[in-house]
Amino acid sequence: MSAFAAGDRVAVLDVDVPGHIRTPTYVRGRRGVIEREVGRFRNPEELAYGRSGEPRRMLYRVRFAQRELWADYAGTAHDTIDVDLYEHWLRKL
Amino acid sequence: MHIGHDHPHAHGEPPAGLDPHAPQRDHDDTLTYFRKLEIAVRELLIEKGVLTADEVRRTVENYDSRTPEGGARVVARAWVDPAFKALLMRDATAACESLGFDMNVFDVTLTVVENTPDTHNVVVCTLCSCYPRMLLGMPPAWYKSRAYRSRLVRDPRAVLREFGTVIDDAVAVRVHDSTADLRYLVLPMRPAGSDGLSEPELAALVTRDSMVGVTVLSPVQR
Amino acid sequence: MKGYHDIGGEPAGAIPMQEHEMMLWEKRVEAMLLLLSQKGLLRVDENRRGLEAVGAEIYHEAGYAERRIQSISTNLIAKGLISIEELAAKVADIEQRSDVLP
Repeated sequence: MSAFAAGDRVAVLDVDVPGHIRTPTYVRGRRGVIEREVGRFRNPEELAYGRSGEPRRMLYRVRFAQRELWADYAGTAHDTIDVDLYEHWLRKL
Repeated sequence: MHIGHDHPHAHGEPPAGLDPHAPQRDHDDTLTYFRKLEIAVRELLIEKGVLTADEVRRTVENYDSRTPEGGARVVARAWVDPAFKALLMRDATAACESLGFDMNVFDVTLTVVENTPDTHNVVVCTLCSCYPRMLLGMPPAWYKSRAYRSRLVRDPRAVLREFGTVIDDAVAVRVHDSTADLRYLVLPMRPAGSDGLSEPELAALVTRDSMVGVTVLSPVQR
Repeated sequence: MKGYHDIGGEPAGAIPMQEHEMMLWEKRVEAMLLLLSQKGLLRVDENRRGLEAVGAEIYHEAGYAERRIQSISTNLIAKGLISIEELAAKVADIEQRSDVLP
């Protein structure tokens, strides 16, 4: 059972903590849409410290409008970025 | 410790008459801090039985065998075989295995994104330098550069212009930041004028950079 | 606090277009990483964490293989797979030898 489905609107957690994290700063606190559910992967935040990474975490491709990320974005309104993000970094809107 | 450089610009201008894109082979004979470290770690791991010299040699050979020609074969097949293309988009690992590629060497999931008349895809890894090595080999210097990793997500159209690629405003530019266990390969659009070419002839048209998405394929002149 | 590796969106200069063919020692660094990962001795994520700890100077100023061998070495020491004493003795030995370069 996964928390989100394709098309769901989500926000990335806007928190600042130390450690090995695969959620880039430029998407934190930003809103996007679940493009697809990718599958369950071991948690890199745990693997990075020599632990098992279990339980696995659902990974999603989240699509962001460029203009949601950068207020002065130079391209067009339909330009996007897809970022692979783990479930525990997302909350449903 | 002296920090050496492998940045291309650190080598200065290439000698006159040489192609600036020709491979660089300099400072191979300088025993730097980092090269001593590589030799020391490798020899210690071999002495301890963690690795064997043969394993290291075979793994280097495996890497050497992975070149953009591999990705080009996959792209050409997708252009001529709709069933293969459907499998490639759904399960790229299985599709590539069906062409004989060993995909198990790397513990990652290959994902193919398709360029269309409406959408242009381009790939980056902002947090490190993840790259579809199983199909393209080692990433080029520009892909690993601070400039590419920093700027592509912020102003992709300007970065693409530096590669000579102008994407019409009517076409959406879709950046993929490979932050996790997926590796992205762009399926470029089949170039105009390529009707009637054989699959190997089509594969010969496909460039490395088009499969990262920083270029598009030029029309075929005949 | 943003890590020095977390650079997406930062201003930077022109893309360096010159190609660079990897040297044998650089390929060996990649081979060791892959083999250690396949043997379950050093995970990709551990190496990434190591890269995020080599310091901003090495991360941004040294070459790709250079920062990676620095990270591998530090990880192997932390895991007890090689000791600093062994590494120091080996480096001292390498400095005395004439057979180490291709």
